[in-house]
Amino acid sequence: MSPLLELVIIVAIKSAILIFIVVTSFAYLMLAERKVLAWFQLRVGPTWCGPWGLMQPAADAVKLVMKEDLTPSTADPIIYKLAPALAAFTALLAYAVIPFGTLPDGRPIAIANPNAGVLYLLAVGSIGVYGIALGGWASQSKWPLLGAIRSTAQMISYELAMGLAVVGVLLVAGTTNLAQIVSGQSAHHVWYVIPQFIGFLIYAITATAETNRAPFDLPEAETELVAGFHTEYSSLRFGTFFVAEYINMITVSAIATLLFLGGGDGPFAGALPWLTVVWFLAKVALLLFVFIWMRATLPRLRYDRLMAFGWKVLLPVAVLNLIVTAAIVAFVR
Amino acid sequence: MAAGASAFEGGPDIIVSKGDERDSMVLSMGPQHPSTHGVLRVMLRLDGETVIDAQPEIGYLHTGIEKQAENLFWQQAITVVDRADYLAPLSNSLCYVLAAERLLAIDNIPPRAQVLRVMFAELTRIASHLVWLGTHGMDLGAQSIFMYAFDMRERILRIMEFVTGARMHQSWFRIGGLAIDVPLGFLAEIDDFIAVFCERLTDMRTILEHNIIFKDRMVGVGRIGAADAVSWGLTGPALRASGVNYDVRKAFPYSGYETYDFDVPVYEGGDCYARFIVRLDEMHQAWRIIKQARERFPSGPVVIDDRKIVPPPKTEIQHSMEALIHHFKIVSAGFNVPEGHIYQAVEGPRGEMGMYLTSAGGNKPWRVRWRPPSFYNLQALKKLVIGNLIADVVAIIGSLDPVFGEVDR
Repeated sequence: MSPLLELVIIVAIKSAILIFIVVTSFAYLMLAERKVLAWFQLRVGPTWCGPWGLMQPAADAVKLVMKEDLTPSTADPIIYKLAPALAAFTALLAYAVIPFGTLPDGRPIAIANPNAGVLYLLAVGSIGVYGIALGGWASQSKWPLLGAIRSTAQMISYELAMGLAVVGVLLVAGTTNLAQIVSGQSAHHVWYVIPQFIGFLIYAITATAETNRAPFDLPEAETELVAGFHTEYSSLRFGTFFVAEYINMITVSAIATLLFLGGGDGPFAGALPWLTVVWFLAKVALLLFVFIWMRATLPRLRYDRLMAFGWKVLLPVAVLNLIVTAAIVAFVR
Repeated sequence: MAAGASAFEGGPDIIVSKGDERDSMVLSMGPQHPSTHGVLRVMLRLDGETVIDAQPEIGYLHTGIEKQAENLFWQQAITVVDRADYLAPLSNSLCYVLAAERLLAIDNIPPRAQVLRVMFAELTRIASHLVWLGTHGMDLGAQSIFMYAFDMRERILRIMEFVTGARMHQSWFRIGGLAIDVPLGFLAEIDDFIAVFCERLTDMRTILEHNIIFKDRMVGVGRIGAADAVSWGLTGPALRASGVNYDVRKAFPYSGYETYDFDVPVYEGGDCYARFIVRLDEMHQAWRIIKQARERFPSGPVVIDDRKIVPPPKTEIQHSMEALIHHFKIVSAGFNVPEGHIYQAVEGPRGEMGMYLTSAGGNKPWRVRWRPPSFYNLQALKKLVIGNLIADVVAIIGSLDPVFGEVDR
């Protein structure tokens, strides 16, 4: 067996396992969201499917599969069918570089550990909007069109601030390698959320907007745009958009954990390397809880206010944060 | 768009755009839209997301309530008028019952019935406002308030069910009083509600009142001045939020409202936020009225003693021939109401709920003309939404709080 083939097979097996884990965690994130929202709202949430409602995701999946798959007669058939696949595909791409923890020999637990990991994440994150924009456009329907326009505008205005917030971390860390950013935080015993607190806030806000979550869920605002960009989608194609949204939530939480919260760093993580995975997942879960918490609490922003907030508040603050960080880093080094 | 010309003439052809309208888009919002509160359809002409023209379309929930009432006996018609404003059924029937009583010149409603009518009209007002609060919050993306509001409403509906046997269309008021007296244990239920509600209202208020995002969505949106509000015929919270102090309960008191101590909240803003605050204050005032009604709570009968209008009690029917005949006559042929016509208004949750009754002297109403506050409030929609965004349309519809059962009747 040639070394190349061997490499391909190993990566393929790793990827398959990872995709399985991510999709399962999506399913239980959905259940967790329904449960947590229910607790916020004096309800009990799903209880009928399995003990404590644990089989609810499976029931939902079966239900979605059995629904009729409709394509509007005026829709562009190819793009219409491509869009959800694109959304889910780009959502999964990010996991190629995310280090979930550290092996005993110090190597990161990740499929790949490229030196430009952060840039890769930003790049695949940006492609995600195509799924939404194309899906809304190809539906040839008015509500999805409005959703797609909102989504595109929102992505463009928030991506910039998000990129600048991430650059702040890169300046402090002095590398774009995710594993090194994480090990830098544990080596200096300071998570970058402390030196880059403003950057963290900006990242948190823009990440919420990027994933179309409340209070920035304008592209799919149910009470305004019916369901936004996926109004016309049904069956598994709708399900795929749904998967993409939730996986994106996990992705941005994972990135925030890596860049700002020390990745797998935590008490005893140095002595027991397997704890790094636990700490990493615990931090991601905490951030996901915050997502759900915000959904239970906050009303939705208005479209024009959202844009104004992105361009007039977040972007200048992000630039300022970057300049100050750059100046401090230049003086210290 | 050509000045004065409606963009929406000609039914389905409206989608065709021409000339300088090329950059705009016609969007049909409703009748199956999550935020049009039932079956309102608004045809919007949009420039981007900005509304440049709007045409509300109603009639999707037309059930012919007025006409149905003409074919029922006077006392039977209560069941259909209940269904007009389905969120405030007891306010509807109170209006009808008061009008019929004035035609019949009944002015000796027992005090216990009066107090219970006021108490339940106010409970209905709170229940209706709670639905508004929940759905309005939901329209703006605040999900949890919906559940909190409906949790409180559920308490009220349980009391209603306990007393009248029905959750929604109670049909509990009768011409001459009430259908039945409250059951044993009612006072404990209402005391429990009075004790809990005020605190819960404050909680619900706190969630949204000073929320930055919420205020951003509401303040200055859908503004209507006092003069405009009056000339468009707005009543209720929508009018009082524009600074006009008009409340039927104060202006033309009925059922003894003049003896209760309560304030009419009036705000100057005229925008969605002012309407929001007015309704929250109204819930508090309604709670005060319920508390006072509970403190009075006189004993005695709940219905007048007039065998020509009110059927005799069952126990009497079993051994009195005369009582049986009265019962049979009322059930099979109703009772005649003297010829005449009357306008009676009550302050419903949405505004002045009016009933214009005409009697030709028979056992059925000759004409039942309804003045549904939602219908008049909704007329201002077009004026309010033009120039705003789609998201504001949702907020404005929510703040007018129309109920399509009574708009379309």
